[in-house]
Amino acid sequence: MSRLPTGGLIDRTKPLAFSFDGKRYTGFAGDTLASALLANDIRLVARSFKYHRPRGILTAGSEEPNALVTIGRGAHAEPNTRATTLPLFDGLEASSQNRWPSLDHDLLSINGILSPLFVAGFYYKTFMWPAALWEKLYEPLIRRAAGLGALSMEPDPAEYDADHGFCDLLVVGAGPAGLAAALAAGRAGQRVLLVDEDVRPGGRLLAERHEIDGNSALDWVDATIAELASLPNVRILSRTILFGAYDGGTYGAVENGRRLWKIVARRAILATGAIERPLVFAGNDIPGVMTASAVQAYATRWGVAPGKRIAIFTTSDSGLKVAADLAAIGIEPVTVIDARDGMLVTRAIGGKALKAIELSDGRRIAVDTLAMAGGWNPSVGLGCNLGARPNWSEAIGAYLLDSPPGGMIMAGAAAGAFGLGAAIASGIEAAGGGMPVPATSEDPSGSRPLWHVPHSRGKAFVDYQHDVTDKDVALAAREGFTSVEHMKRYTTLGMATDQGKTGQVNGNALLAIATGKTMSEAGTILSRPPYLPVSIGVLAGHHRGEHFKPVRHTSGHAWALENGATFVDTGQWKRAQWFARPGERDWLETVSREVTATRTGVGICDVSTLGKIDVHGPDASTLLDRLYVNIFSTLPVGRARYGLMLREDGFVMDDGTTTRFAEDRFYVTTTTVNAARIMQHIDFARQVLWPELDVQATSVTEQWATYAIAGPRSRALLAKLLPDLDLSNEALPYMGAMEFHWQGVTARIFRLSFSGEMAFELAVPAHHGDRLIRALFEAGRVLGVAPYGTEALGVMRIEKGHPAGNELNGQTTATDLGMGRMLSRKKDFIGRVMAARPALVNPARPTLVGIHPVDPARRLRAGGHLLAKGAAPVAANDQGHVTSVCYSPTLGHWIGLALLANGPARHGERIIVHDPIRDGDTEVEVVNPVFVDPEGVRVRG
Amino acid sequence: MRIPCPFCGNRDTQEFVYRGDASPTRPDTDEAMHDYVYLRDNVAGPMREHWYHAQGCRNWIVVTRDTRTHEIISAEFPR
Repeated sequence: MSRLPTGGLIDRTKPLAFSFDGKRYTGFAGDTLASALLANDIRLVARSFKYHRPRGILTAGSEEPNALVTIGRGAHAEPNTRATTLPLFDGLEASSQNRWPSLDHDLLSINGILSPLFVAGFYYKTFMWPAALWEKLYEPLIRRAAGLGALSMEPDPAEYDADHGFCDLLVVGAGPAGLAAALAAGRAGQRVLLVDEDVRPGGRLLAERHEIDGNSALDWVDATIAELASLPNVRILSRTILFGAYDGGTYGAVENGRRLWKIVARRAILATGAIERPLVFAGNDIPGVMTASAVQAYATRWGVAPGKRIAIFTTSDSGLKVAADLAAIGIEPVTVIDARDGMLVTRAIGGKALKAIELSDGRRIAVDTLAMAGGWNPSVGLGCNLGARPNWSEAIGAYLLDSPPGGMIMAGAAAGAFGLGAAIASGIEAAGGGMPVPATSEDPSGSRPLWHVPHSRGKAFVDYQHDVTDKDVALAAREGFTSVEHMKRYTTLGMATDQGKTGQVNGNALLAIATGKTMSEAGTILSRPPYLPVSIGVLAGHHRGEHFKPVRHTSGHAWALENGATFVDTGQWKRAQWFARPGERDWLETVSREVTATRTGVGICDVSTLGKIDVHGPDASTLLDRLYVNIFSTLPVGRARYGLMLREDGFVMDDGTTTRFAEDRFYVTTTTVNAARIMQHIDFARQVLWPELDVQATSVTEQWATYAIAGPRSRALLAKLLPDLDLSNEALPYMGAMEFHWQGVTARIFRLSFSGEMAFELAVPAHHGDRLIRALFEAGRVLGVAPYGTEALGVMRIEKGHPAGNELNGQTTATDLGMGRMLSRKKDFIGRVMAARPALVNPARPTLVGIHPVDPARRLRAGGHLLAKGAAPVAANDQGHVTSVCYSPTLGHWIGLALLANGPARHGERIIVHDPIRDGDTEVEVVNPVFVDPEGVRVRG
Repeated sequence: MRIPCPFCGNRDTQEFVYRGDASPTRPDTDEAMHDYVYLRDNVAGPMREHWYHAQGCRNWIVVTRDTRTHEIISAEFPR
């Protein structure tokens, strides 16, 4: 055991049992998985991505590139979890990744011996030929050998949540600068949200030994947190990762891995601290080689001695502070090598554990732990999310964000204020001051960067997680990838899940050296969200499976469900597709029965999903005249008219019937899918195009339940339901409408027909819809009424040649659909000018026709292309395509609608439907698209 | 991104539908219609745009946005 007898911010009265790769261990409350593993002398925790090299724990924070493990089992497994930030809990099961058969004996470590092959660009250069083998052979092999943890491939059983936060000041990071900033702003009465990734606020003060106002810095942390907790205008979110900064002061965060926060802040202070740089020398990845700040953290915060013989290799004063802190705890370092004195560590020696180090004077010292203090990189990533570029500061040897985006202020180590006193002072200043800066113990932060140890033989890693070495960076430079962005992509440096938090700046520096540039000239990359990995599940939240989008039910839904409806999704709506009866073999038999029942008797269909818009005001008819190609100002009160709307570019946008209920009041209907778009279009027309018109428009789609009652017996059915209402041709002619009262509620009846039969549409306020549908079927029972769904509706509209979604596809004109004569010449309307363009009135454009197979036994399929008989099946000979097909029970064979070049002139001609991927070629005859009752006698009843 | 709707106040962009450049106005002459429908400037800088507050007040508003920074300079009713 490496646990020290005393000390650390752990609760030794609360032991926690956990397992790693099946073996059982014990840690304490307050441990992370990493500190508990080290306390149990586990140093080998992972295999590297490409070479399968043994890897240990490098850091004590979220920048960890090596110690990624899988937590849990089966569907609950969470791969690639950083052991360094995972709080230990009782029963935790962790397992190592990317090894086979075991972590200790990984057969793919042969990749390390073959490593001369695996340099940067290896895949691009080696697996070039034959190209066909990429998908089948090379890529699967490479993917198996290289990698991270595996997904369970089962649905994620975790529950995710979402919340919103609004504040005057968002403080990111609860280290000394962040705590001071939050306190200063909190005391000033600002609404403060303090977000910190750790389970416990304090930042580096938990890991280093300092004094504030003459007492332990931990006392100051506790007092500050206590005061913040007492302020009602301050909220602290611990274990919360702020993963991205977005436009307009919006930030994304994830609390506890489970709750997505969308935070809107007037201002934000990024007190995100700094990340210590590893040093680049041979063997710098052997388990036991760690950052100095991590060694300090494990000893101070978790009471764990990471080794028995510890050496420190430093380029900065912070390394000397680590030596002092260790000595104070009773772990005297074996040696301290300060590169500023001219001494270097040239090589670390060991396999699965560090055994010794070699120094530049040739000495070899036996150690089991090497603490690397390579200087600090301010964590400026979030500040770069919106495009601000960091600048190199020679003074501190690191990148700083000199001009963060508006509303954002950098503070503390993130702003280059590395010393404790300076960090606290910068936090207070960023928050607007108003609070004295406490006295702090000395905390020197001198540093001189050392980018590369020369004459170091062996693999020296820059990006640990992607196994990128100093030689890979040099190779990239030699091969011409001399910008940091190109070097990044060629070597994959910084592209692993840690996004180069420990390696990017070292990589930039090595590239600068190789290309003879300064750090300033070499530049660096911009960080994009997410700053840390975020699971897709937390972004999806509750919006998955059946909750992916809202579901809309019509008021007749329950009735349809009781009557055996099969539903289809139409946008968000559930619509009854058909109502199968016992004994029916398939949907085609059901739909054919519904069509025949309607055409010979009476059928009822729920058409409530159609878009409905109330247009009201003195200028209502003027507005409609400008929206539709045809005229509505002449429509008498109590009458309905079919209308066609174009886009301004001249193509058809939507169609539907509009009814005039008063001089200044119209009831517009749209297709189901376009309801929202047409509402938007009408609002644009009345608010932006013609604001001078006195007219209002309101969506009433969900206010009315509407049922179509169709068929020769429809009037008989309604006469039973509405015995007092005169439904004769004189009182309610075809395309007539009226309002009346049904059982005390306002109702509307329309003489409209989509089926081509005598038909009515009956509408009541939506919450009476269920009552009405039940009453309609009660009244119709003796007449043999049948419910019909969207499929039968579709069959009947094809039989009548009415265009619908497949024909109103955004590429057809009114003339294409056979409605060119509706285009009014007496007024302006949206799309008028552009619809008259020569190419849009060319008769060679594909135009609506009907087709039926010459052999009545053959089936038609939509999507087939049209060819003249004998023409070769090439694109140049394409004459259009089949848009809609159905089996017509009325005619006893398949029929279709198609868009055919010069269509109207070709009725009677025989052509070919070319469908090479399904049924091959079918000979069809071109006919009038109105297959049933072309004279329109039946609708007038 | 957030848009200061003149009717509803500062709201998240998810509530809005974007249409595009607000500069072209519907012409009175047939000859000018082609340019109105098809020609748009690719602005780098402040641009007047039409946004529809579909999940709010249902007003069309004219938002002046810097296309380089996404800074919202103003938001007003079109008339």
